[in-house]
Amino acid sequence: MIRAIAFTKRNIRRTPFQALAASMVMFLTFLVLQIFVILAAGSQTSLRYFESKPQVIAFFKDGISSQDISAIENALQQEGRVTNTKFVSKEDALQIYRERNKNDPMLLELVTASILPASLEISTQSPQDLAPVAEILKKEPVISDVIVPEDLVTTLTSVTRIIRTVGVATVGFLMVFATLVIIMIIGFKIRLKRTEIEIMRLLGASSSFVRTPFILEGLFYGLTGTALAWVISYGLLWYFTPFLQGYLGEVKLLPVNPLFMLALLGGSLALACFVGGLGSIAAVRRYLKI
Amino acid sequence: MEIKQGEFVFIVGPSGAGKSTLLRILTRELLPTNGEILVGKVDITKIKDRDVPHFRRKVGIVFQDFKLLDDRTVFENVALTLEVQNKSDEEIQKMVEHTLKLVEIWGQRNLFPRQLSGGEAQRTAIARAVVGKPDIVLADEPTGDLDPKTAWGVIQLLNEINSWGTTILMATHNQEIVNTLKRRVIKLKAGKIVSDTKEGKYD
Repeated sequence: MIRAIAFTKRNIRRTPFQALAASMVMFLTFLVLQIFVILAAGSQTSLRYFESKPQVIAFFKDGISSQDISAIENALQQEGRVTNTKFVSKEDALQIYRERNKNDPMLLELVTASILPASLEISTQSPQDLAPVAEILKKEPVISDVIVPEDLVTTLTSVTRIIRTVGVATVGFLMVFATLVIIMIIGFKIRLKRTEIEIMRLLGASSSFVRTPFILEGLFYGLTGTALAWVISYGLLWYFTPFLQGYLGEVKLLPVNPLFMLALLGGSLALACFVGGLGSIAAVRRYLKI
Repeated sequence: MEIKQGEFVFIVGPSGAGKSTLLRILTRELLPTNGEILVGKVDITKIKDRDVPHFRRKVGIVFQDFKLLDDRTVFENVALTLEVQNKSDEEIQKMVEHTLKLVEIWGQRNLFPRQLSGGEAQRTAIARAVVGKPDIVLADEPTGDLDPKTAWGVIQLLNEINSWGTTILMATHNQEIVNTLKRRVIKLKAGKIVSDTKEGKYD
């Protein structure tokens, strides 16, 4: 095996541009794969977050009294679907607004507590309880608007489904493309080394001695391309983490769990071995008749 | 036809007589349409494909056009024989050095084939053929591309290798060499043996 590795290194070193082309194809394939996996995992986590925190927000009209609020809270508690209620006053709303926009003084200047509505955040037992609770709240004359995250969950579910479908289709196509490129490059190298292979056979080289370096070469392209793709995708994720965190709000997706990234690396490397190995074995079977 | 261990045999005959075909059959590159070929006690026409590499390690081959690998140095070309036999790096270093010194080409060990003269290239090819200590060396017109003086140097080298007990089968058109060496000569014509003489001549 050590000798096969030495032969592989020599093969790669003597045709650097082909090696680079093969590795870049694998790199692009696995970069796309990893980006889709990250997107799918992120949307799935977001979906779970919203599903696990069913919440209705009811905004009050101006001039509401504490008795009205208590009456609504008591009515909801008797429903049995509600686990918790939290009143957010105009001042609290301003505080939250200021916190979220602390880096933008222009937005802070224009807003006062009087223009923000007081609200009631109601958590329910399950997502199925959201609609009935919202219906009750909409009937209250002191409530101006009710926001139900049910729509958000529906949207997220369809987004997750689209990411998965598009991801599987794109990555599937790229996998086939990468396998064909590996077959083409290894096949080309086999033809290029026809004389060397013929001489090696006459000197008594076994079939595995001749074939193994070509198969290792395919694996090498797969592994290097994938490892590079992982470094780039992790780097991009790390670079954009502060920016994305602002969008995600309370959804705790970022910074990404290193264990998830390690699992992604492991899975990608295993898949790269499969693609690189499959491509090179197919090329060897097709072009290297011993 | 029987060839004993340690013999030096010339295979002669006109072009197309079957000299190269005979050598290719002896390396199990081709299979005969009928008959058997015993090397030692083994009929090589019946050995399994997976056993062919082991058989070939007992046979060294020298070609008219040398068949050296252009992207490897003299040392690396000769080492290839031992690499395919999975010898250790230490063994390879030792055996290649010994053989290259024997064929008097140690000084050119780091040169590539394109930097060698015809004689040096053929000596490298012979070194590659014998470095694994084969029982038999098959030489297919090894002097065909060489000038007379260089050709004699190659023949002397093959003669020396034969003196160690290695069987040599050499296909050739070189009348002078055959007539001077006075070794066994097998003449082929249209794929058949037409004569087999112990101290033969090229006629």
